[in-house]
Amino acid sequence: MLKPEVKCELIAILGESYVKDDMQSRVTHSYDGTPMLQSLPDAVIYPYNTQQVSEVMKVLSRQRIPVIGRGSGTNLCGGTVPVLGGVVMVMHRMNQILEVDMENLTASVQPGLNTKQFTTHVEQLGLFYPPDPSSMSISTIGGNIAECSGGLRGLKYGTTKDYVIGLEAVLANGDIIRTGGKLMKDVAGYDLTKLLVGSEGTLAIITEATLKLVPPPKYKKTMLAMYKDLNGAARTVSKIIENRIIPATLEILDNSTIRVVDAFANLGLPLQMEAILLIEQDGEIESVERDIASITAICHSEQAEQISVAESAEEAERLLTARRSAFTALARLRPTTILEDATVPRSKIADMIIEINRIAAKHQVQICTFGHAGDGNLHPTALTDARNTDEIHRVEAAFEEIFEAAISLGGTITGEHGVGMVKAPFLEWKIGRSGIEVMKAIKHAFDPFNILNPGKVFAKESRKRVVIDRG
Amino acid sequence: MDKTSEDVRLNSLTEKLRLRLDGDQLTNCMRCGFCLPACPTFAETGIEAESPRGRIALMKAVKDGIMAPDVAFEEQMNHCLGCRACEPACPADVKYGQLIEQARDAIEDHTKTHRGWVKLVRHTAFQTIFPNQKRVRWMGKGLRFYQTSGMRTLARKTGAMKMFPKHMREMEEILPDVAVQGVVEQIGILHPAKGEKIATVALFRGCLMDVLFADTNIHTVDLLTEAGFEVVIPEQQNCCGAMHAHSGEIEGARSLARSNISIFKAAGVDYIVSNAGGCGALLLEYDHLLHEDEQWKDDAMWFAERVIDVSDLLVRMGRLLVFSEREENQCVRITYQDSCHLRNVMRSSDAPRRLMRQVTGVEFVEMKEAERCCGSAGTYTLTQPVMSGQILDHKMEHVRATDAQYLLTSNPGCLLQMMHGINQHGLNGQMKAVHIVDFLHERMCGQDE
Ligand SMILES: Cc1cc2nc3c(=O)[nH]c(=O)nc-3n(C[C@H](O)[C@H](O)[C@H](O)COP(=O)(O)OP(=O)(O)OC[C@H]3O[C@@H](n4cnc5c(N)ncnc54)[C@H](O)[C@@H]3O)c2cc1C
Ligand code: SF4
Ligand code: SF4
Repeated sequence: MLKPEVKCELIAILGESYVKDDMQSRVTHSYDGTPMLQSLPDAVIYPYNTQQVSEVMKVLSRQRIPVIGRGSGTNLCGGTVPVLGGVVMVMHRMNQILEVDMENLTASVQPGLNTKQFTTHVEQLGLFYPPDPSSMSISTIGGNIAECSGGLRGLKYGTTKDYVIGLEAVLANGDIIRTGGKLMKDVAGYDLTKLLVGSEGTLAIITEATLKLVPPPKYKKTMLAMYKDLNGAARTVSKIIENRIIPATLEILDNSTIRVVDAFANLGLPLQMEAILLIEQDGEIESVERDIASITAICHSEQAEQISVAESAEEAERLLTARRSAFTALARLRPTTILEDATVPRSKIADMIIEINRIAAKHQVQICTFGHAGDGNLHPTALTDARNTDEIHRVEAAFEEIFEAAISLGGTITGEHGVGMVKAPFLEWKIGRSGIEVMKAIKHAFDPFNILNPGKVFAKESRKRVVIDRG
Repeated sequence: MDKTSEDVRLNSLTEKLRLRLDGDQLTNCMRCGFCLPACPTFAETGIEAESPRGRIALMKAVKDGIMAPDVAFEEQMNHCLGCRACEPACPADVKYGQLIEQARDAIEDHTKTHRGWVKLVRHTAFQTIFPNQKRVRWMGKGLRFYQTSGMRTLARKTGAMKMFPKHMREMEEILPDVAVQGVVEQIGILHPAKGEKIATVALFRGCLMDVLFADTNIHTVDLLTEAGFEVVIPEQQNCCGAMHAHSGEIEGARSLARSNISIFKAAGVDYIVSNAGGCGALLLEYDHLLHEDEQWKDDAMWFAERVIDVSDLLVRMGRLLVFSEREENQCVRITYQDSCHLRNVMRSSDAPRRLMRQVTGVEFVEMKEAERCCGSAGTYTLTQPVMSGQILDHKMEHVRATDAQYLLTSNPGCLLQMMHGINQHGLNGQMKAVHIVDFLHERMCGQDE
């Protein structure tokens, strides 16, 4: 619990209603979207502006109290679980769109702004903000920035990092810094903007962001291709890119996902298929039509069993259903759904899926795989039950091997969900001892007393996945 | 209460919650947060505890022994509207409605937070009046006497109404005039189909519905027979039990369910039609309500499979209704407020809209956030007036923006709340809240010739 004098100081800054240390508030901020992790914070606070964040940080740093920035708590890496207690700082009250600059095509927003609300707002102004994590109707811009979220459009349009051009942030000691700005070019010193993007709340609290906007695509077209041979699907992905076509979306569902989705949504999918590719291209009408024709030819040359190209918006919606239902279908099968995030070079997708299947069979666990084939970002998803300790241990062992396999195929342990608690033990595998040392030095420069989201990114022990068993 | 007796109360409440709360459903929640944007109380407050994910976490924390079911916990369970918008939004299909009922059921036995009058009102309503259709009628008669005898005028003039809390006063103002007789008393039990018969259906007449909106029941029969259904109205039927179930009086709800099931079973019908989303949703879940009752569960299943909303039945199976092109109906603009239980539990949102679009000379405009709860939610208006009022205010902003002359709904509770909203926001004279059935009936061909 917070010491009474600290609570008083926080109340003096934020007001009585915005400092909560009752059980109800603590319990409801002890978790995020990550299965099975839970730990109670000492208090929950709701700042309203940058000044308040700054003053709060001064108090907390003087008292060496951990502080965990929180958007909507949808992250899947344990990023907002207060493992060492401390204060959860909820950003929801800082949710304004401060400016949309039509001349510079930029927007300034507060971190607690809902991503979907933002994209809808700019769409109405005839502009486009491409990052589209599947959780966008819930997640916040601040959370997206802190996790460097990506989505279905990552292949062609990039991820959150490609759209954040300026930040305002509060350091651990309460200092307010501004990085970047409305400039499209800026090389004055180290790029602190990019450093803060993806820093998972461990370097600073983001209080404002300047985002780049682009003109929306004029036209789009969707198609679905089904393969009896997984390698055919994987070769299609490589060949499309080789032919210098970059689809807006290029998604894959593996056989086990196809079975689950079909059982759930009754789509009449052929169950013997090893993979389905969902492809969407956008841009000018002529180039889209040309690309779709070339992609169709590539699909044929790779022995796709069935190819459907949507002729209307409704038809496109229907084709998208399979991909959209994937998560829902998987989530319904077993009580606990662990959605992971292994990424490989796209030429290695087939190898990775085959590896995942082998590892799942070896450990006798059910793992379905789908994801962003175009950027090699796969989501092997384990279907299990948190109450079955034995099975959970097997799932963990399987994931450990899956990450190992990803790295040995030239990949990484996370493509978009971040390291947090869950991937921390594996980080050293990926970046090596020296990599960790540099990162720790940076962390120390920003946060010498380690109060910003402690227990994340860097693990005490490497190579062991930490899971707090809860009955 | 002293410290020890409070401890005893908390302990036994904890025990009861542990027993009642469904561990599987609690584990099924994977905390993805997909339900957050759907939840009206979360939209109003932005506080995690006021969200479905938060409430489930609280229930789980109590079950896991991390937290005591203190007063704040109880209040949070009561803050939930029970609108169940979180259910269709949930990828994992967590049965939130069941969880909240289990929590409330346990709390109801132990609570000390209700003010005396809430308990009294509930007790009288649930144990004495609603279980018995005759008594509901009798209460209706009392209300009618109040409305027509000059007592109402007197009460309003003398300021006697001031004795009641503000929100109750406001509700009293909009209560429609009570019908002298219910649907059966007015038109009888059996109504043959016009033209070739498609199916035989039973009308669930509801309790409040049959007192405050008896005409709507009559109009429902007209629409159904016109569309080709033979309609029976089993006379002995009871209140559905929804208010009981939602306030934690599950046993009361079960006993009403058993009695309704045997009455409708005896009628041997193809469908059981409801015109009140709130009632229909509970009727549809009789199978769940009685799933542990070996003796009744098969019959409950029989019943639940046959329950359907009037709009859905008309759209799915009825003969196309013909609407007249009367001049005075031209250029009427209408909008629609979904009934939460119709939408989220009976999963019917398309059928009413299709029917409205079929009416000639009428322009249907979709209201922003039509799918969001209006804050009525059974007794919520009375027990949580602040939140209810806040939600209603937002709703009325969207209603006003449609510039419609008619605001249609599919449930008596929502209808009353919308009348109340129109009254409160000074929209009287500009727009009218009407049950969709009444609106369709008025425009159906051959009605008032
Ligand atoms: C079903 C589902 C689907 C998902 N799909 C995707 C997907 O397609 N792509 C993807 O990339 N992710 C996805 N995610 C993961 C998650 O939604 C993203 O990581 C998202 O960006 C988190 O946003 P949030 O607002 O919920 O942040 P939170 O989860 O609250 O926080 C995430 C991290 O950001 C930090 N943080 C939050 N706000 C601030 C701030 N203002 N300053 C500093 N640090 C801050 C927190 O401390 C934490 O470390 C998905 C999650 C779920 C449950
Ligand atoms: S029932 Fe309605 S108010 Fe209650 S948690 Fe679900 S969405 Fe929110
Ligand atoms: S959507 Fe379902 S699984 Fe996700 S948090 Fe809400 S109740 Fe839990």
